[in-house]
Amino acid sequence: MHSQTRVYYPYVSPFDPCPPMRVKTYVVPPNLFIQFQPPGLPQFSAPEALRHGVLWPALYSPYEGRDRKGRERK
Amino acid sequence: MWIYEKKLQYPVRVSKCDPRMAKFLIEQYGGADGELAAALRYLNQRYSIPDKVIGLLTDIGTEEFAHLEMIATMVYKLTKDATVEQLEEAGLGAHYANHDRALFYNNAAGVPWTAAYIQAKGDPIADLYEDIAAEEKARATYQWLIDMTDDPDLKDGLKFLREREIVHSLRFREAVELLKEEQERKKFF
Ligand SMILES: [Fe+2]
Repeated sequence: MHSQTRVYYPYVSPFDPCPPMRVKTYVVPPNLFIQFQPPGLPQFSAPEALRHGVLWPALYSPYEGRDRKGRERK
Repeated sequence: MWIYEKKLQYPVRVSKCDPRMAKFLIEQYGGADGELAAALRYLNQRYSIPDKVIGLLTDIGTEEFAHLEMIATMVYKLTKDATVEQLEEAGLGAHYANHDRALFYNNAAGVPWTAAYIQAKGDPIADLYEDIAAEEKARATYQWLIDMTDDPDLKDGLKFLREREIVHSLRFREAVELLKEEQERKKFF
């Protein structure tokens, strides 16, 4: 499956007061890529589905948060 | 910065003396889905959105100010020569008490504009979806306003504004598509 994170590289001015954050990320969750859910998608087991909050792996979006330095947690 | 052209984006004509309609039109001036909210929403969001779509927010935000001027012109023409009696009959008595014939950023029910109408979530997808929703709500508002007047000249201006909302909505959806694209991760040393 493709990554749910996108990166971009904001413009950095030579006159920015703080050390620049050269890489920024944002999330593109799977709902953006499904126009209308097709029937018969593979399913998690019932306990797995409960833990993930969704029955279908295709709709699962993990998010571990960013650390305090602004980096994504793996 | 901006360069100002001293003309409207599309000519505004009003052929019927109808201060009642001014009261309803003000919804698109200072209402939640109005042109002021639109302009301020887009021009503010652009600072924290990926570089690819900053220009789009600048362009559409600027155009919304051009729409704001058109609405202002409509409201002004509909009220500038109305007598106090006519304003009262049109439901604008409270407006007159507070503002005379001055325009003010409030909605059709007289509720003043608030920044709480707009959002900047910092998440580019959330922000663009808000923008798409705002355009559809503005399109709907223009439809209800067109329903409320039989002035063909006023309708003409409102139809132009309604069509622009449709275009903007598509442009914002295209922006979402651009942000969905996978990009090569560049290396910085
Ligand atoms: Fe718009």
